[in-house]
Amino acid sequence: MALTLSVNGQPRELDVDPQMPLLWALRDHLQLTGTKFGCGMALCGACTVHVDGQPTRSCVTPVSAVQGKNITTIEGLATPAGKALQNAWVELNVPQCGYCQSGQIMSAAALLADNPRPSDEEIDAAMSGNICRCATYARIRAAIHQAADTLPVAVTKG
Amino acid sequence: MYFRRIENLSGVLPAFEPTAFTRRTFLKLTTLAGTGLTLGAVLPACSSGGSSSGTSGAGAEPLVTPFVRIAPDNTVTVIVKHLEAGQGVWTGLAAVVAEELDAAWSQIRAENAPAQVPQYGNLAFDPKGSVQGTGGSTAMSNSWDQLRQAGATARAMLVAAAAEQWNVPAAEIQVQDGVLSHASGKRATFGELASAAARQPVPTNVTLKDPSQFTLIGRDKLPRLDSHAKSTGRQQFAIDVMLPGMMTAVVARPPRFGGKVQSFDATAAKAVPGVVDVVQIPRGVAVVARDTWSARKGRDALKVTWDESTAEQRGTPELMAEYKRLARQSDALTALKRGDVAAGFRRAAKVIEAEFGLPYLAHAPMEPLTAVCRLDADRCEIWAGAQFHTVDQANAAQAVGLKPEQVSIHTVAAGGTFGRRATPDSDYISEVASIAKATGGKYPVRLIWTREDDITGGRYRPLSYHRIRAALSRDGKVIAYEQRLVGQSLIAGTPFEAMMMKDGIDPAAVEGNAAEQYDIPNALVTWTNPKVGVPVLWWRSVGHTHTAFSKEIVIDELAEAAGKDPVEFRLAMLEHHPRLAGVLKLAAEKAEWGKLPGSGNGRGRGVAVQESFGSAVAQVVDVTVKDDRVTVDRVVCAVDCGIAVTPDVVRAQMESGIGYGLAAALHGKITLTEGRVDQTNFHQYEVLRIHEMPRHIEVHIAPSTNPPTGVGEPGTPPIAPAVANAIRAAATGIKVRKLPFDLAEARKA
Repeated sequence: MALTLSVNGQPRELDVDPQMPLLWALRDHLQLTGTKFGCGMALCGACTVHVDGQPTRSCVTPVSAVQGKNITTIEGLATPAGKALQNAWVELNVPQCGYCQSGQIMSAAALLADNPRPSDEEIDAAMSGNICRCATYARIRAAIHQAADTLPVAVTKG
Repeated sequence: MYFRRIENLSGVLPAFEPTAFTRRTFLKLTTLAGTGLTLGAVLPACSSGGSSSGTSGAGAEPLVTPFVRIAPDNTVTVIVKHLEAGQGVWTGLAAVVAEELDAAWSQIRAENAPAQVPQYGNLAFDPKGSVQGTGGSTAMSNSWDQLRQAGATARAMLVAAAAEQWNVPAAEIQVQDGVLSHASGKRATFGELASAAARQPVPTNVTLKDPSQFTLIGRDKLPRLDSHAKSTGRQQFAIDVMLPGMMTAVVARPPRFGGKVQSFDATAAKAVPGVVDVVQIPRGVAVVARDTWSARKGRDALKVTWDESTAEQRGTPELMAEYKRLARQSDALTALKRGDVAAGFRRAAKVIEAEFGLPYLAHAPMEPLTAVCRLDADRCEIWAGAQFHTVDQANAAQAVGLKPEQVSIHTVAAGGTFGRRATPDSDYISEVASIAKATGGKYPVRLIWTREDDITGGRYRPLSYHRIRAALSRDGKVIAYEQRLVGQSLIAGTPFEAMMMKDGIDPAAVEGNAAEQYDIPNALVTWTNPKVGVPVLWWRSVGHTHTAFSKEIVIDELAEAAGKDPVEFRLAMLEHHPRLAGVLKLAAEKAEWGKLPGSGNGRGRGVAVQESFGSAVAQVVDVTVKDDRVTVDRVVCAVDCGIAVTPDVVRAQMESGIGYGLAAALHGKITLTEGRVDQTNFHQYEVLRIHEMPRHIEVHIAPSTNPPTGVGEPGTPPIAPAVANAIRAAATGIKVRKLPFDLAEARKA
């Protein structure tokens, strides 16, 4: 079935099963491979994208459910918070294998959009759906704080 | 989009992807030059389709050696023979070359080496380099001399080229941050001299730096080479590889280990839109489709009848009962014998006995096993986060009916491994090659393991059972120690058996026990290899994952029984283990051992220490126990890994090892019921999440001038026993005997 999705500000057409999870449409049909497959059951967060700004597990979200909505993937993350997070990730050498980090950053960007100065507890609550088997968690916490510190509170909104 | 993908892909291909002529020349040159540690081969630019090192005009060619390529555009590309799976080898190995080259860090790139021995063999596995692979935390230790030589050799050739052009003595030329200079005012970058350097003879005797001259090695915050790509979604993993016309496959495998396909009905699977082929392969039935979703739907619709006549039918309770029985039999193999154990026990003032049981564990790397295969009549190409290149080449060759040298492996970054991607039968790589063969090579094929495939698919850390007795003398010293281990061998029945088994003992099954790591005068360690059909594998820190656990708990309880401080008690038995003593003292000092605020009353502090893969690690842990739940509040870690080449990577690996070990301590278990695995995904095979990561982790690196040793694994073994000891110290009276922690059950025991 022909569908049109809005991905990273661009209309993208594809002809797939409407029940296909957004993850596989992005990866296999739109070649946007920055979004990762980790579990297929919304348990690990590696597939996190933004749908109308909300962090969403693309592995359990059918493409038919996101038509007409704005989908942002790691490739299109361009908010000040997103850039600040990516800079902090690099400066603190956060990634190890790196496979989960797109999802981590997408979750963190959604967190900062909602809460520009999160505490450790708030970071833990917002990020506990994202698994990292390399256990880079301590650096993820530090990088979110560092990114938040570089952002004026007003700019992180939106 | 496809074409852009392909161009991107070519950037990760081996630099020496050559015509037949240059490949032969290369092999000849490298073989002639190869005396193990000596670099020699220097090639002209060759038709390097994959090289990113553009040329800046006619006659401009890079300086190419097996481990470094210096291009006219002034980039220095280090060829890395090991798998980057997060442990930082791109950065660490590149730093070694860059140091001896006197390059600027900003000009350094890393590129994966092709699968090719002996050129890229692991010298720790075999000094002749006959096996290329990554494991045992050997990447840095086996590359240290080799890459220092490589850097120094390339530097000498640059200097010789400058001396010739400037007509000055080589000894008067300075090199710093990628620039050569002379007092006369002459100055040139590496890039400007690369072509001339490539025409210089290869020096056979270069001088390496004195460690006091190091500027990159040991630099505190050296940026990782992969941080940017991994923070922007641009890092390519095997699951991201796209080839024109590529199809995606998933495999239906037997629900019990050892099962086989009896028959299958593909009618419904083939009716799923997008499914293009359903083929039987040695390990199951593959469903091939135009995308992952269609392949999964096709597999759901597939009907397979399994022959389970030779499959393992036992569950964990039956296996554990069998292990307990085996631990009481007298026919175990002796792994270690020292002094007179019976006499030691006769003189005992106190004897402690303890039994430990640890579960099967899945590695569960975040990127499930994935590989891509393109098969032609006389060539097979594999893209994978390959960890065991030479073995993978041989297994893929067998699967497709070619010779190993007709199989090329394009190594890409792995989304974690923890040992999982180094399998003697190359399970996932054999599968993708088999699928390519069964479908006649008519399209490139990508195999994806789902998370359920990963969790239920075997190759686990072995289930193990330890029975320990230890004797204290009247003056509170350990005078006898006996440990009976039962657990499956990792290498019996594999091609490594002949190379690695010693007198029938699998060292990986018994390594790291107390008799090995403490000065105990009378000791006996036995091992029994039970016959079980569950496939097992090395899991981050291998034997130490279970031996450190029982060892450090028993030693701690012996200290308590002797009425001695746990740190002092250990130090008294570490006279012959100075590195262990060193890190134990360092961790105790940094943690202010003995001064835990609010100790007891649900708070406790524990310690553990273990030497593994050449490195010693001690961890002091503070916990809070409330309602039989444990929270790890703080970990103070000390590590002696010789020279810390990239200290921030060392710290990151300790943090990672702690988190990986904590996942197993708090949650990790794979169990079987009547031969079927009970867990399928992360809701049942729970791992560590961010709220469980200790808020405070500090890592202290012991200063050292010794050659570097491993860091990928040694951070893992001490954490579980350190937490167990902290739980006991939290005045809860709980003696931990099993993992994962079940404090309610332990309290009853």
